[in-house]
Amino acid sequence: MAGAAICARGLVCAVACLATLASVKAAQADSLVADLSQRLVAITTGFAGTDVLLFGAVEGEGDVVIVVRGPDRPVTMHRKSRVLGIWANTAQMTFERAPSFYAIATSKPIREIAPDVVRTRHEMGVDALRLELPSAKASPNIAREWRRGLIRNFQDSGLYAKEVGSITFLGNRLFRVELHLPANVPTGAYQAMTYLLKEGRVVSAQTMPLFVSKIGAEAFIFDFATRHAAYYGLIAIAVALMAGWLAHLAFRKG
Amino acid sequence: MQIYLPIAEMSVNVFLILGMGGAIGFLSGLFGVGGGFLMTPLLIFIGVPPAVAVATEANQIVASSVSGVLAHWRRGNVDFKMGSVLLVGGIAGSTFGVGLFSFLRGLGQIDLVISLSYVIFLGIIGALMLVESLRSMRQRKISAGQRRKLHQHTWIHGLPLKMRFRRSKLYISALMPFGVGFLVGVLAAIMGVGGGFIMVPAMIYLLGMPTSIVIGTSLFQIIFVTANVTFLQAYANQTVDVVLALLLLSGAVIGAQFGARAGARLQGEQLRGLLALMVLAVCGKLFFDLLVTPADVYSLGVAH
Repeated sequence: MAGAAICARGLVCAVACLATLASVKAAQADSLVADLSQRLVAITTGFAGTDVLLFGAVEGEGDVVIVVRGPDRPVTMHRKSRVLGIWANTAQMTFERAPSFYAIATSKPIREIAPDVVRTRHEMGVDALRLELPSAKASPNIAREWRRGLIRNFQDSGLYAKEVGSITFLGNRLFRVELHLPANVPTGAYQAMTYLLKEGRVVSAQTMPLFVSKIGAEAFIFDFATRHAAYYGLIAIAVALMAGWLAHLAFRKG
Repeated sequence: MQIYLPIAEMSVNVFLILGMGGAIGFLSGLFGVGGGFLMTPLLIFIGVPPAVAVATEANQIVASSVSGVLAHWRRGNVDFKMGSVLLVGGIAGSTFGVGLFSFLRGLGQIDLVISLSYVIFLGIIGALMLVESLRSMRQRKISAGQRRKLHQHTWIHGLPLKMRFRRSKLYISALMPFGVGFLVGVLAAIMGVGGGFIMVPAMIYLLGMPTSIVIGTSLFQIIFVTANVTFLQAYANQTVDVVLALLLLSGAVIGAQFGARAGARLQGEQLRGLLALMVLAVCGKLFFDLLVTPADVYSLGVAH
């Protein structure tokens, strides 16, 4: 029921957006509008992951691809091998940039909608992610192994989508998809990109920001621990001393 | 009920953490040990990053040692002079240990070093305790047992800087307790333990202190060493999670009371034998994990 309400809101919004866009860019036929159910994901004390609804409308025939990615970061990877019978990290590589979160949803299987060139250009799907290692450090074959290792690790921790989500169409104009952000989702500025494809070409695209941020007590503790590390350390000790003393008092009376 | 840990950056079940604190607290009350050597591997096992587990556990041990030492102090079982010398070594050792920890973390070898330290030290201590408790159980059956000599003179007594420790009835080189304190300090920083399980045997067998004041004195110096580790880890690595520490603590305080009561009904040798078996079980599990082929040879390094 809530979904229906959101969809209705989406439709109103879509119509409104279409009207403005039509007036601004009359020459170019903008045939896609989309929005998110929330622009801010707040990580609070009870945070255990959340769903974000992405919805919109298209004009005429076409296929939709939605990509949500977290801020790019350098990622260091280790590879284990057996040393004297024990598994130890023996090699290390750093990818200059990799999205800290990646999810994708499409209206049809991605290979039916977009040719390789388009998928590569817009980084549609984890296989198309641009994850490069310095060529001096790794030959193409080795780089491919490291790349697969990175994707597999991110997928196992729930930060890269294991499967391509499917976008639901209501009628042939309105679409919606729910995106899951797990509890370990990294903070930062995300981008939700919606593409409209016709005959294997991107005819329209829209990018929306999505912020994932710690709010309230969690944010306060984290900020304090990073900005005033020395005071944080002293307070942690003071809290422990107090707790120990209280426990002693309770124990003595009991 | 889920709660989000701000430093570990993960969501955990409150009752799971309270229960873990309670269970480990029960065992620490039962055996009279800190329980850090059990809690840190458990935290890592439920998915807390090893660096956060080690630093947060140090913070929790501060609290449990305070409540322990106050009880021993009231009974006069703390040798403050000996504790202070151990402490000087402990501060130096733990400062060195935190530096080593940061260095190894950068190299991507910290997980291996944590596991290996556990396997080596738990293996040695567990085996020694098991042998000792089995022997004393057998001796009880045969005879009352013969008394050990009060002091055995070895090369240790030839070391310089001799000091008199009245409460411990000892006249030994200050280098000995300093060395023991240093070693345990390094381990406290790397393994996230108070180090009582190494400190206590070292004080009895290496320094020759009377058993009655060993636990109080070791707790006294553990407070300061783990406080130093907490501060340095918070300052250098930002890995102390106070929310997690408080949750563990609340469970541990309650568990320890029940443990202490249950412990009063068991015999010393049986207790030590049980503890030895548990130490060896943790050691065996960690060793097995190092030998078995990992699910994925690739892993993510420290986040930047």
